[in-house]
Amino acid sequence: MSESAVPLVVARRRFGETTRRDLWWVQPLLVFAGLSTFVVYATWAAFQGDHYTYGPYISPFYSPEIFGTSPHNWFGPKPAALPPWLPFTPALLILPIPALFRFTCYYYRGAYYKAFWGDPPSCTVGEHRTTYWGENSFPLILQNIHRYMLFISMAVLAILVVDAWEALWFADPATGRVQFGVGVGTIVLAANVTLLSGYLFGCHSMRHVAGGCVDQISRAPLGARAYRCVSCLNRRHMWWAWTSLFAVGFADLYVRLCSMGVWTDVRIW
Amino acid sequence: MGQTATFRIWRGNGHEGTFTDYATEVTEGMVVLDAVHQIQAHQAHDLAVRWNCKAGKCGSCSAEVNGHPRLMCMTRLNQLNLAKPVTIEPMKAFPPIKDLVTDVSFNFRAKKSIKPFKPRPPDAPDGTWRMAQADVERVQEFRKCIECFLCQDVCHVLRDHRLFDEFVGPRHMIYAAALEMHPLDVEQRARDLKDAYGVGFCNITKCCTKVCPEGIGITDNAIIPLKERVIDQLYDPVVKLLRMFR
Repeated sequence: MSESAVPLVVARRRFGETTRRDLWWVQPLLVFAGLSTFVVYATWAAFQGDHYTYGPYISPFYSPEIFGTSPHNWFGPKPAALPPWLPFTPALLILPIPALFRFTCYYYRGAYYKAFWGDPPSCTVGEHRTTYWGENSFPLILQNIHRYMLFISMAVLAILVVDAWEALWFADPATGRVQFGVGVGTIVLAANVTLLSGYLFGCHSMRHVAGGCVDQISRAPLGARAYRCVSCLNRRHMWWAWTSLFAVGFADLYVRLCSMGVWTDVRIW
Repeated sequence: MGQTATFRIWRGNGHEGTFTDYATEVTEGMVVLDAVHQIQAHQAHDLAVRWNCKAGKCGSCSAEVNGHPRLMCMTRLNQLNLAKPVTIEPMKAFPPIKDLVTDVSFNFRAKKSIKPFKPRPPDAPDGTWRMAQADVERVQEFRKCIECFLCQDVCHVLRDHRLFDEFVGPRHMIYAAALEMHPLDVEQRARDLKDAYGVGFCNITKCCTKVCPEGIGITDNAIIPLKERVIDQLYDPVVKLLRMFR
């Protein structure tokens, strides 16, 4: 029996202080690296304003192209009324919607509170803040807009589904005739909407709307089934969140590199 | 196994103390609580440790093993690296009493503050109710709680920020959820969830879910649904509008 003079920390601990011996810092570090990489790339891609379409493909960052110069645009080019000093690309009108949806997502909140704010850095690891308001007051009380961002994001998802459908129709460069086809880009865009659907339909707010808000769900058999389906997706919400994030970034990169001539889109059919 | 392992155990009272190393022989199948009992029997007769069932069902032997909140009776030694001393500390969220025993009375006071079950009028003349299994099975998950308070211990709102007056903690969130989602219950708790129980203090780190020995989905199945219900009742203008026309 021997004694070692290590005081029990009942009072406030220093940042990073813990008796854990595992590599607790790996997960927040990976989250920090993954989210930072995506945010930097998405911001650059949104402001870049070029190479966002290729044939029937349109980057999910730029869809719907409300105002723009590509054949995918809805209402023509950028309105003349917009001041010339204002940065404008079609993505800047759309990206805030999925960005706010992900920012207010229950999974991402837990992940970035740890990875970016160290609140806490990891479970049972000391944090640097001396005050804590949680999500009880401004500004984090605004996280409660998540359900609205879900509903708006569902509309954007519907447009991405249409984009994936339109990615099945290729114009013949010689005749201009449109014919059915499947390219690698078609699969990339279809995989993107599939993963985004899994992420959105498994959202905690969707689970609440689908049936979580009632106590006697057996009285609404359709709601009970919807609740079960959403709960099933929700159990792997983190997986859907990360794979859909990767998919949407990769879809933009794929269209961009095809448009730039770096990659060649292979027609499978 | 038949090897000697070192256990670095916190020895102290409510004010001060030190870690003390005890070397003891461990054999195959032992759990941390077995080692603590062995040390108590042969080396430290005055070592205070709270325990009861040794089967992971009473929730008494909660402690921090190598920095992880765990039930000592459910932590097998072959899960740990015995080449280094195994650190055993009391739960840090609660005031220490002696050695591994802490004062968890906050939890009993917090539980009393939750509005109790208030059933609707009976469904049948004999004073009984009818419930569908589909309705009640969601809250049955919460009833698995053994009140080990590991979730309270790991929650940084209590552990680091000491907001015991503002936040009742994850254990009582699942207690509130079990009542709030019960198909017979008609009590309104949304205002209390926000103001008295402090559901907004949870920032969804899911540490409570990770340490729960019963595998209860505390964050996903209780706290987040309660947050959504508070939004329904207190924040969402569209839901408020719809409720006016119902």
